[in-house]
Amino acid sequence: MARKDKARVKTSNPLVKVLLVIFMICMAIFILGPLVWLGVHAFVTNWTYPNLTPDGWTLHWWTKVLDDSALEAAIRNSLIISPIVVLCSMVICLPAAYAAGRMNYAGRKTFLIGMFAANSFPKIGLFASIATLYYALNLMGTVFGIIIIQLLGTIIYMTWIPAAAFAAVPRNLEEAARDAGASKFRVFRTITLRMAMPGILVAIVMSFLASFDEAQGTYLVGAPAIFTMPTEMYSLVQNYPIQVAAVFSLLLAIPSVLLISLARKHIVGGQLAEGFQIK
Amino acid sequence: MAEVVQQDGLVLNGLTKILGGRVIIDDLHLVVNKGEMVSLLGPSGCGKTTTLRMIAGFLIPDKGDILLDGKDVTTLGPEKRPSAMVFQNYALWPHMTVFNNVAYPLKVRKMQKPEIEKRVHDALGLVNLMHHKDSRPGQISGGEQQRVALARALVQEPDILLLDEPLSNLDAKLRVKVREDIRELQRRLGITTVIVTHDQDEALSISDRIAVMNNGKIEQFSTPQELYDRPETEYVANFIGSLNHVTGGYADGQIVPGSDVVGIRPEDVHFSNEQVSGSFPATVELVVPRGHFCEVYLKRADVELRAFISANVPTAGKQGFARIGKALVYHDGKLIRVA
Repeated sequence: MARKDKARVKTSNPLVKVLLVIFMICMAIFILGPLVWLGVHAFVTNWTYPNLTPDGWTLHWWTKVLDDSALEAAIRNSLIISPIVVLCSMVICLPAAYAAGRMNYAGRKTFLIGMFAANSFPKIGLFASIATLYYALNLMGTVFGIIIIQLLGTIIYMTWIPAAAFAAVPRNLEEAARDAGASKFRVFRTITLRMAMPGILVAIVMSFLASFDEAQGTYLVGAPAIFTMPTEMYSLVQNYPIQVAAVFSLLLAIPSVLLISLARKHIVGGQLAEGFQIK
Repeated sequence: MAEVVQQDGLVLNGLTKILGGRVIIDDLHLVVNKGEMVSLLGPSGCGKTTTLRMIAGFLIPDKGDILLDGKDVTTLGPEKRPSAMVFQNYALWPHMTVFNNVAYPLKVRKMQKPEIEKRVHDALGLVNLMHHKDSRPGQISGGEQQRVALARALVQEPDILLLDEPLSNLDAKLRVKVREDIRELQRRLGITTVIVTHDQDEALSISDRIAVMNNGKIEQFSTPQELYDRPETEYVANFIGSLNHVTGGYADGQIVPGSDVVGIRPEDVHFSNEQVSGSFPATVELVVPRGHFCEVYLKRADVELRAFISANVPTAGKQGFARIGKALVYHDGKLIRVA
């Protein structure tokens, strides 16, 4: 609401108004432009400079992509590996997140900052060193190897976001449940976990997307035996016209869009949106 | 201390609690009879909430015992104690409806569904909230949230009800109404109750007895009337009601030189135009209207006294005679004489 009011104050000056509109248009082009370009290219026969309009419309690229057997395998791999990665990440990270959010122990901050370590170097260097280890352990070209690689990228989301969510649960809500006769575990299950759920849902979505879109490490470990959707796209971009990549990008976006719209309902529509004052 | 073990109600026996190297509660003794409503009254930091949290089981005392109806509960966790607490900010679970908030303690006890439904309806009926049973805590007012918290405590049929500043988040009008409601319910159900408050009005109006606390100790534990009429220490006298402080002695209705402290309630200071025995000349300095009475500042040669006067209020600058009806004389902070 405040933002709206501010915008209204600004628009009283015509020059500011014009600049604002230009800025908005630029932002829209910057954010939506590539998506529109993709969306159009997935359906055109050919569209090159200096033509202002595409040469023609076709579903040819879609049938081409959907008929490709390698694609089917890639989709299957992605849809199997990513949920497993998210589950593993939850099992490993959520207890750590709870500890970081609720308990006070020496080295707590170091632990949380340390979570950034894997993300603070160029990933490819990290992957290369992991690869040498993988050769020794015979993990190259295995699903297990890919899961570990993708797990690395989810840890930061699965610790930081839920840690904040756990820390935000008021202690006296837990005390009230204990006073009502609930065991410690039941308090955790029915109160703490339940109230931290919006944060955990966000972490799940972010982790899923991180895993689903991870290409570098997955390519390094998986290719040429195992392809997921993003790594399959690498070969498609190299071997086919641009339109195929456009189609594939749209396909790749479907799970993300679905997941975000599902989670949004739970996150935004939950008790947090009711404006309940919790101290 | 074997003689108190058979006592019904709540017994706190030599409780001591040290937090962060500081003695918060210091050898505290308190006996609350069955069905009695007792206030722990004191300023913030006096240890009243710590005491309540030890009774509830959130804190384990470093020394001493807590007995409930003769049973030692000192080391039991909060979930195993037959006590129910109403938290200062109500601590309702925002993700549950009012019904589910109240039903939670019963579900935990694995009660049958029809039984739960009946009991929750009874409890919500008791606090007049049946129409809100499907609302969420975030959708109802502060006063209603407070009643939900009370219903959630009462539905457990606890042996002892603990209230932690239950009215401090309500506005003044509502506070008076809710405290009367709580008192009425407490009497009707005959439930042993301990209420923590820093508001002397609240304590005086709803308690059977009040324990005035200071620095982790109980200064005085008696009925509201006695507490007001005979405050055993200067601290209690100060905390309950208003008080004029005069250093000196007291003899024949006169303040005389001395080293004790004479405490005089403003309503015990009278002012009139005629001299009577025991009165002394005084001048009206200032008159402050306080609603149903006026606060009058009287000046004698050496002391200033406040008086609460409700009829024939004098005007500022008027000369007349003041008379002290009753005085409390303290020596080293302890009451030595009521005159």
